[in-house]
Parts: sequence; structure tokens; C-alpha cells
Amino acid sequence: MYVALSAAALTFIYPFIWMIGASFAPMHEVGNLTFWPAHPTWDNFKIMVSKIPIGRSLLNSLLVAVLTTSLVIVTGSVVGYALAKMQFKGRQYIFYVIVFTMSLPFQVTLIPNYITMINLRMVDTYFALVIPFAVSAFAILMFRQAFQGLPQALIDAARLDGCNETGIIFRILWPNIKPTIVTVAILSFIGSWNEVLWPLIVVRNEKLMTMPQLVTLFATGGRADSQLGVKIAAAVLLALPVMIAFLFFQKHFIQSMASTGLKD
Amino acid sequence: MAVTKINRKKSGFQRRKILPYLLVSPYLLFVLVFVAFPVFFCFFLTFNKWNIIAPMHFIGFDNYSRLLHDRLFWKAIGNTLKFLLLHIPLQLVVSLFLAYLLNQKIKAAAFFRASFFMPVIVSGVVVTILWQQLLGYDAGLINRMLTSRGMHKVGWLVNPNVAIYSIAVMATWKNVGLYVILFLVGLQTVPPQYYEAAKMEGATRWQQFYHITLPMINPTIFMVVILSTIGGFNLFIEPYIMTGGGPLNTTLSAVLYIYKQAFQYYNMGYSATLGFFYAIMIMGVVVLQKKFIEKEV
Repeated sequence: MYVALSAAALTFIYPFIWMIGASFAPMHEVGNLTFWPAHPTWDNFKIMVSKIPIGRSLLNSLLVAVLTTSLVIVTGSVVGYALAKMQFKGRQYIFYVIVFTMSLPFQVTLIPNYITMINLRMVDTYFALVIPFAVSAFAILMFRQAFQGLPQALIDAARLDGCNETGIIFRILWPNIKPTIVTVAILSFIGSWNEVLWPLIVVRNEKLMTMPQLVTLFATGGRADSQLGVKIAAAVLLALPVMIAFLFFQKHFIQSMASTGLKD
Repeated sequence: MAVTKINRKKSGFQRRKILPYLLVSPYLLFVLVFVAFPVFFCFFLTFNKWNIIAPMHFIGFDNYSRLLHDRLFWKAIGNTLKFLLLHIPLQLVVSLFLAYLLNQKIKAAAFFRASFFMPVIVSGVVVTILWQQLLGYDAGLINRMLTSRGMHKVGWLVNPNVAIYSIAVMATWKNVGLYVILFLVGLQTVPPQYYEAAKMEGATRWQQFYHITLPMINPTIFMVVILSTIGGFNLFIEPYIMTGGGPLNTTLSAVLYIYKQAFQYYNMGYSATLGFFYAIMIMGVVVLQKKFIEKEV
């Protein structure tokens, strides 16, 4: 049993370790099977930095992911709160709409959304990368569920103290649903960080590109073709932030990702 | 903030009435712009020829008849189905097997779980670049291992009969960790008394698994099948980076083809038609799966 598990673990981890080793290998050593190159060097990274604005793209990715995540959390809490704790006409319909939007394949919305971006003059801006992801049906459902679990008395007491609704949501209720906030934050951050199809469509200016997009174009565009090591170095830089975050917040990551499958 | 302050001056009744709509308004606006408009606009586009720059041109059902006769599109759908044919069963079996092992009160379970999970969180771009190095024909790691043991090289990504299956294995490797976790959650819902009772009756391990575990985790199996079907139908970045759809269009996935029609050839109307048709097809398949699996229970 342990043999089977260890073999499986090796299959999943070995390629990553090899990748990190290969990113430090000089050109003639890249294909070797050894973990660590005999003559490690920073050359691959140096060449990459000189060819593409990788540092800038790292900042772009961070900015886009942080903005998207914050907006998703705020809009998700506000809408989720209304759906969970308020009575109003049409509430049920909004719930149906949310379920419908979640099951709608993106192929339908892809071209029209691109056209919308053109018409709003958002192509080649950060807005194009953030706005279409600023509201998440999944986050709304998560927050709705979390708020439903909180006692009404908490809200009534806050109202008596003269607290307005935004105050209730962000000051009174938020501290009680931290796990949900963490889950939504992790999922939308990872989703945003790894998104590549949409940036390929709406961003053409290399300075605004996110890291996955830049690395994709670098890997497919022929600029790195002759030098495998450089390509791998780019992949390592792309993977590293997420891998480090994962090592620190492993438990949260796994719990969060598991909840994506449990939404029904 | 300003709005709620004004509202507070009005009677509490009125405030309560408007406020919920105010709170859900960001969502409604979002749905209007990014869901409702696109669905109608996409449908409208299917009757037009448009390259974005020149004015739109109404062509009736031409896009639909073109779709019916577009061999490459059907080939792309066929490729996607081939991909699913290997991807879904492999995903199910491997993730269930690993979850089953992890569920047997073992040491270092957290370590194993984390290692299976690593590829899930890393970008598909990284995984694809990595596997490109593993699967390369001359310099690829796997072929080197094969030749060093005196075996023949395999054209993992260059042989038209193999390439799509190589991509299916890679996609499975990437996603398996997520499904291991889902199955673990499912397995933990099975009450241990059931197994104890079965043991008393003299049931073998395999019998226990087949008659107790499988029926109990049926909802999880259903979820895994649906999730990997939807994920598989959206196959895009892997062939985009690894093969560009080649060799001989055998790894051209449907989404990659739709993308190329729109953003390489600028056939917006036609691409919208393909997307619309494909979306309806996916929903149809998922509904069928749901019926089929529910019957199996």
C-alpha cells in the first residue's frame, strides 16, 4: 500500500523537481534525468529577463488577481447577504438566474464579451482582465450559505445599535464567516492567476500581459524554441508563487478546492 | 454609504423595500452585461457574417449549413470525444484508487494528499510546458528512459494515433488530486459499521468495495464524471501550447477550433454559431449523463 502511494506521489512530484533542476541547467544538460545539473547557472533566467518583461508580468498578475479577488469577495458578500437575510420580491428568480449562469458554457459568452470590451474601450487595459470576473456566482452562493447559518439575532441587535446594512455585513457578520472568506479568496485568486484564454483575447500589449499569457506566447511564439532551459525557467517562475503559497496554506487550499465540488 | 444614509431618513418600511434591490444590483448589472446580452448577441451573430471591421452581413442559416458540412469541426468534436473516452475513466479509476488507499488510516496521509494536489493548483501552462519536455520525441525524458532500456521511442506528441491520448493522460495527471479529495470526502461518509457487518458475514475486500463502497459514493462518482466531462469539453490550453492542434489536426479540440475561427480567421458569426451549438451539445451530454447515472443507482 505504501509502495503504491509512494510511487504515485513520486509521479506527481518528480516532474516538478526535475523542472526546477532543469531551469538551472546549462543548455547541453537540460535533457538529463538527474535532479540537479552538474554546472548550475542563472543563464536561463537571465536570457528570459532580457527577452520578455517577466517581472512586469508578475506584477500585472498580482495586481489583477488581488483586484479580482477583492471585488469578488465584496460583491459576493453584499449579494449573498441580500439573498440570505432579506425578504423581497423576485428573490427566488435571482437564485435561479445564478444557477443558470453557473451552468452556462463560456463558449457562448466569449465573442460577445470580447465585443463588449471593444465597445467599452477596455481592450488592452487592466479593466478587461478584472471587470468580467468581478462578480462570481459561485462566491455569491458560498456567502449566501454562510450568512444563512448565522442567527438573525446578531443582525437585529446591530440594527438596534444603529448600524447600517454595510456595517452589518462587513463589521458584524464578516468576522463570523472567516472560513468562507478564505475559501472564496483562495479560489478566485488561483482562478485569476491561472486564467489564460481570456487574457490572450483582450490583451495584445506586452506590458499589460499577465504571467501565464506572456509565458504561453513565449513558449509557442518561437522566441524560446531553441532554448528549452529558458522555456522551463519561465514555467518555474510561473509556478513558484502558487507552489509556495500552497506549501504554507496547504490545508486551506485543499479544503477550498474540495468545496467547489460540493456546491450542489 | 451615501445612499443608505438618505434612505435612513425615509420610513423604515420604505428603506427595507428598496435596500435588497440595491444590494443585488451589482449582480443584476453584471448578469445583464456579461450573461444576458452575450447570450442574445451570440444567437444573433449566428445569422450573420462578420469580421468585426466590415459591417455585419445577414446570411440567414448559412452558418448552420456550413457547420453541418465542416469536416474539421466534426473532427475536432471527434478528437474531444476521444480525449474524454480515455480521460474520464482514467480519472475515475486513478482518483478512486488513490482515495481508497488514503482512507486506510495510513501515516503521512497529509504528505501524500498534498503531493497529489500539487498539479491541481499550478497553472495549466506550467503543466503543459513540463509535459512537453517529458513527451518530446528525441529529447523527451520518457523516450530517453525507454531507449536507455533498449526499447523503441514512441511519438507521444507526433504520432497522429497517439497524441490526443498523451494529452488525455497529462490532463488526468493534472486534475486527479482534486478528485482524490472529493472521493476522500465521499468515502468518509460511509459508516464503518457497514464494513464490520460485512466482515462478520465473511465478505472479501473486493466484495465490500463493490457492494458497500461503490453504491454509497455514487453521488461523488456522478459529480466527478460531470466535472471531468465539462472540464474535458473545454480542453484548450494543452493542445494550444503543445501541438497547436497537430499532428494532422488530431489534437485540434473543439474549443481550440472555435477560438481559431474567431481570433485567427475573424469569422465572428461562424465562430459564434460553433460556440452556440457546442454549448447546447455540452448541456445535452450532461443531462444525458445525469439520467443515465441516476438510473444506475
